[in-house]
Amino acid sequence: MSKYTEDDLKEELKDKEYEYGFYTDIESETFPIGLNEEIVRAISKKKEEPEWMTEWRLEAFRVWKEMEEPEWANVNYEKPDFQSIAYYSAPKSIDPNKTLDDVDPDLLAMYKKLGISIDEQKRMNNIAMDIVVDSVSVATTFQDTLAEKGIIFCPISEAIQKHPDLVKKYLGTIVPQKDNFYAALNSAVFSDGSFCYIPKGVKCPMELSTYFRINQAGTGQFERTLVIADEGSYVSYLEGCTAPSRDENQLHAAVVELIALDDAEIKYSTVQNWFPGNAEGKGGVYNFVTKRGLCERNAKISWTQVETGSAVTWKYPSCILKGNNSVGEFYSIAVTNNFQQADTGTKMIHLGKNTKSTIISKGISAGKSQNSYRGLVQIGPRATNARNFSQCDSLLMGNECGAHTFPYIEAKNNTAQIEHEATTSKIGEDQIFYCNQRGIDTEKAIALIVNGFSKEVLNKLPMEFAVEAQKLLEISLEGSVG
Amino acid sequence: MLEIKNLHARIEDKEILKGINLEVKAGEVHAIMGPNGAGKSTLSSVIAGKEDYEISKGGISLSGEDLLELDPTERAHKGVFMSFQYPVEIPGVSVTNFIKTAINETRKANGLENMPAKEMLQKIREKSTLLEIDRKFLSRSLNEGFSGGEKKRNEIFQMAMLEPKLAILDETDSGLDIDALRIVSNGVNKLKSKDNAVIVITHYQRLLDYIKPDFVHVLFDGKIVKTGDASLALELEEKGYDWIKEEVNA
Repeated sequence: MSKYTEDDLKEELKDKEYEYGFYTDIESETFPIGLNEEIVRAISKKKEEPEWMTEWRLEAFRVWKEMEEPEWANVNYEKPDFQSIAYYSAPKSIDPNKTLDDVDPDLLAMYKKLGISIDEQKRMNNIAMDIVVDSVSVATTFQDTLAEKGIIFCPISEAIQKHPDLVKKYLGTIVPQKDNFYAALNSAVFSDGSFCYIPKGVKCPMELSTYFRINQAGTGQFERTLVIADEGSYVSYLEGCTAPSRDENQLHAAVVELIALDDAEIKYSTVQNWFPGNAEGKGGVYNFVTKRGLCERNAKISWTQVETGSAVTWKYPSCILKGNNSVGEFYSIAVTNNFQQADTGTKMIHLGKNTKSTIISKGISAGKSQNSYRGLVQIGPRATNARNFSQCDSLLMGNECGAHTFPYIEAKNNTAQIEHEATTSKIGEDQIFYCNQRGIDTEKAIALIVNGFSKEVLNKLPMEFAVEAQKLLEISLEGSVG
Repeated sequence: MLEIKNLHARIEDKEILKGINLEVKAGEVHAIMGPNGAGKSTLSSVIAGKEDYEISKGGISLSGEDLLELDPTERAHKGVFMSFQYPVEIPGVSVTNFIKTAINETRKANGLENMPAKEMLQKIREKSTLLEIDRKFLSRSLNEGFSGGEKKRNEIFQMAMLEPKLAILDETDSGLDIDALRIVSNGVNKLKSKDNAVIVITHYQRLLDYIKPDFVHVLFDGKIVKTGDASLALELEEKGYDWIKEEVNA
């Protein structure tokens, strides 16, 4: 470790001015920038992790060092300098015995600005929140209700300590450390994230929800999420992201692993609204995410995502349909405006017999943005009677944006049935005029048309999220028509 | 209510309206007839504010207010409604959602709160019954896969819901079978009052059997060349438009 002391760092942070967005001045602790084995060890130590975890991280780091950043995606950006990023930052005022009343008032104020006051959430939404600010979970609610059912829902750092057997058994089994460049990076440096375990036969009585955000200057965020649904259980998990806007590119490389054992069902919904950069294409979050789930026999995994944020998105929530009769679903709305670039889609890997997958992807491009759907449907030799239905619709606004579709299909079993439908449409002046004539102004008309276009996917979201997602669609397309 | 004075409108270099004069008072029904290409649809588009047209001369006012200063949305908020000849499809947006949005946006522009759900529901029930619209129809995506008749009926349903001051029915009769024509006309007649006005743009006299006009205007080559009462429509039906052309050219 360098001699850069905590105080030096604090001092430096104080001097920083924020041109955009708001920044909550919470006392923080940030590691020096750059990445080496020492930093990886330090992160692990900070978290008071057991030796096996430290080793696991180091293994990942060693693999990562030898890997190269992938370039096949249909996106262009200046590659981040991985040695100029601080890999650990935690709000300082943490005490496990705290109640919500004790939480840093600045932090609570920030939630309020983002419209997610915990009190409100608690009272109205029946949602258990495991809120992540920067890298450490600060407040966890509804623990007791969940505990009664034997459900574990906690920060992954806590799970590593309290439930090492579960973590050890499943971590990295779906997304191995060396899976890809960003997954390896995440495996080495992940600071926190959520862990969820639903015991056999238990239906989780509420939507589990996590909010992530980036708050610390120059701090990349590397969440690690692990959801295990034991045999015959059910869980619906919501993940929402907002980030205070800022002027420099930020890296976000999360890993999410889902395990649905026999007859289990996991519904995983995401609303992603990281800072997309400004109208000139300056700034914004790089969102390089690896999400994958495994379905055992008769299990089902449903990914639903509404992606409106980030300057660059690289994300393919996937399902490995290993068990017979398992089901994978992917419902996606991806909106790009201004200079945003998104390369997103899914992989449906059919291994078991009678496996089924459905892909509904809605891409909306405006401004000078580029929006790509990239999806793989793979039918293995033993996947008799596998079925897939894919539908990829693109909606264009204006003449300067692009929509691209890259569907890959590999069928190694001749009983497979694969359907692919794709459409591209443009919001027409005649549609706008029609709405105008009925008293609906252009901005509202676009929101209406876009919501209509996205309806099949919006309908898949849990109620509270659907409303928020609709608002987000409107906000992200504001000013997209002159 | 509506006053059009010496209106000239062009699209690119082509002048389509060449000096239209028309006054429509509250409580009146005016029919505008004429052969293809006379400028009938242009006139309705220009009143509604479609931006493809350039107004080179003249003016349009509604209750003394200059309409040309307002964009299409604002005109709608002031009570101008046009029933489209070719209504557009909006996939995924239900008839109910669309009309609810239209009503509430108009109310907002006029400083009113959103219409309470109960009132909205009651109104939808009342107007859909009037136009013999099946409840299931209301949940379908706007105009998507609608038959010609359904589209037109939906236009009149929206008119009934929005209760405009001035309604322009652009070729509403085209694509309607005789039953639909009766239902639509019946709807329009029931919505007529001393406070609103209707302009019916049509090619044929047929619609005017059901919606009785107070005045009939013949539009030819961008001008109103003849004005009369309902009997003029019958005369046109009988003799066609050629005699008008001859009269104008004479």
